[in-house]
Amino acid sequence: MRHIISLLLENEPGALSRVVGLFSQRNYNIESLTVAPTEDPTLSRLTLTTIGQDEVIEQITKNLNKLIEVVKLVNLSESAHIERELMLVKVKATGAQRAEIKRTADIFRGQIVDVTSSVYTVQLAGTSDKLDSFIQAIGTASVLEVVRSGVTGIARGDKTLSI
Amino acid sequence: MVVRFLRDEGVKYIYGYPGGALLHIYDALFKEKAIEHILVRHEQAATHMADGYARATGKAGVVLVTSGPGATNAITGIATAYMDSIPMVVLSGQVPSTMVGTDAFQETDMVGISRPIVKHSFIIKHPSEIPEVLKKAFYIAESGRPGPVVVDIPKDMTNPGDKFEYVYPKKVKLRSYGPAVRGHSGQIRKAAEMLLAAKRPIVYSGGGVIMGNAAAPLTELARLLNLPVTNTLMGLGGYPGSDRQFLGMLGMHGSYTANLTMHHADVILAVGARFDDRVINGAPKFCPNAKIIHIDIDPASISKTIKADVPIVGPVDSVLTEMVAILKEIGEKPSPEALASWWKQIEEWRGHRGLFPYEKGDGSIIKPQTVIETLCEVTRGDAFVSSDVGQHQMFAAQYYKFDKPNRWLNSGGLGTMGFGLPGAMGAKLNFPEADVACVTGEGSIQMNIQELSTCLQYDLPVKIVNLNNGSLGMVRQWQDMVYSGRHSHSYMESLPDFIKLAEAYGHVGMRITELKDLKPMMEEAFALKDRLVFLDIQVDATEHVYPMQIKDGSMRDMWLSKTERT
Repeated sequence: MRHIISLLLENEPGALSRVVGLFSQRNYNIESLTVAPTEDPTLSRLTLTTIGQDEVIEQITKNLNKLIEVVKLVNLSESAHIERELMLVKVKATGAQRAEIKRTADIFRGQIVDVTSSVYTVQLAGTSDKLDSFIQAIGTASVLEVVRSGVTGIARGDKTLSI
Repeated sequence: MVVRFLRDEGVKYIYGYPGGALLHIYDALFKEKAIEHILVRHEQAATHMADGYARATGKAGVVLVTSGPGATNAITGIATAYMDSIPMVVLSGQVPSTMVGTDAFQETDMVGISRPIVKHSFIIKHPSEIPEVLKKAFYIAESGRPGPVVVDIPKDMTNPGDKFEYVYPKKVKLRSYGPAVRGHSGQIRKAAEMLLAAKRPIVYSGGGVIMGNAAAPLTELARLLNLPVTNTLMGLGGYPGSDRQFLGMLGMHGSYTANLTMHHADVILAVGARFDDRVINGAPKFCPNAKIIHIDIDPASISKTIKADVPIVGPVDSVLTEMVAILKEIGEKPSPEALASWWKQIEEWRGHRGLFPYEKGDGSIIKPQTVIETLCEVTRGDAFVSSDVGQHQMFAAQYYKFDKPNRWLNSGGLGTMGFGLPGAMGAKLNFPEADVACVTGEGSIQMNIQELSTCLQYDLPVKIVNLNNGSLGMVRQWQDMVYSGRHSHSYMESLPDFIKLAEAYGHVGMRITELKDLKPMMEEAFALKDRLVFLDIQVDATEHVYPMQIKDGSMRDMWLSKTERT
């Protein structure tokens, strides 16, 4: 099963390499990874998605917690949460296609953020599934380039990940 | 700053080797009389010496190596310590910070290279932070599940011209690191009740009991409930080896009794052990009827390979002490009938020939097992025994009866040949009055034999017990058993004359080829208190280590000799 694990990390050089190293060292999967400093400049927030059996996920969270630089950790998938990923897509947009792509982008609540005579760049945020569906809807043939940020997320309700 | 901190931290010995990046530190060491520096002949030996010291004392050993090759030579020793959870602080020199990343002379990314084999690592960014970072390094290395910590020190951080205020930090706080200080009381009570209800219980304890200083409460618990006890390779000495309740080591080369008792147990109390593959054999077939209580300081060790029914995260000494208190408070004992019939069964397995029976032969050739039995006799079971890796290691683990913790020093997890001699040196340095033996083979000893020179320089009269069978015994055993006797590159031709070699290094060498000479010569060697003696003992080359578990089987599936199996 796919899990979204979110953690607060000391904002120090080398901390990220320990997290990434752990995954390759212990033969765990990383599907996506996002990281950026938080409002507290001494901390980074890192979100990663991984796929594995429950026992493997348990070991992943235990081993992440063991890293000295991991301050706090939550497995967002264990409770209600909001998941978002940002995608920028360059698509061929000529002739009748231009209107069609605009319409599809509207349906997915995307925005066209850059325009040339033959290309639209669409910005879209949502769950990874939604982004996949958009690509499917406009057809891979017209897609020139895709860039995705990787998944980030936050728990619903009062729960917070903070120190 | 570095040297001053080490002095204030109470460090007595540093094991190291100088080099360009360390010259400022070595100059400060020259002037510091409270710390003795041991100059090894190869950096790997420095880490093993620090490791031997840590295993014998429980405190972090300190290593000082220069950048580049000095640092990379230390890697094997760091990995050895990591696998066995041994506290160690490794200070590595680094090229000046302004030159890092330029492929400078003797530059290597030590923090990067060592990352997967350290508990943590630091790079000094500013000289003023040296005391605090070093204090953190010691704290992390020694607390929780211990392990090695690397501190990389660029040369310009130790420039004697730059002056900074120095304050010895008595305490450090890390917001992201807080090992458990006690176990969950509810879980401990549940475990105690489970033990009381058990009909066929066993205690399986590991290295955590040694490093966690829990041999005393473990022994008290086992005696209170009359439980059979088995130790892992790392856990030997955690329970008195000559006690009736002790069943010997378990696992791949564990005793028939210990492995069968494990297999048929209904409750297993695992303490400071990690269900290693060399212990459990085939995980799916492991102890089918057992409920498992697992006490460990490291949550990641629990339910890693074998699911625990009652997990308890906490320091083993405090958890066991609390468990004993709860049991005394409950005041009950497990069913005496059930336990009596369990012990009857165990005694049947143990039989009359002891835990590790072997064919003694007609005496025309020395059996390696006899050497260890004799060593145990000559040293009254009270020596520090540091071992290398291979058949001799298993024989030592099987036949030396360790009644005390911290006496058995060996590379269990990584299986590092070359550990034995420097490990013994680390123990001898700190326990100069004690008998210290290095049990080794002609293969392993040559991996760090250059340290004979260090032994002379610092007067470390360890006794080297070389089980010389002229081949890489454990490799040969596997080749005999699995590869139809094709001894591919396991035979060591052109061995040196170890007697002359020992003498060349300024020590005493003795060769033993006859069984009748074994005990008297060994006694003579140990009587030479102030000399290092190299005992080169010609032993039966065809001997195998038994029992040997059969791959992917259960705990009870073993070869008992070349022809018998369970």
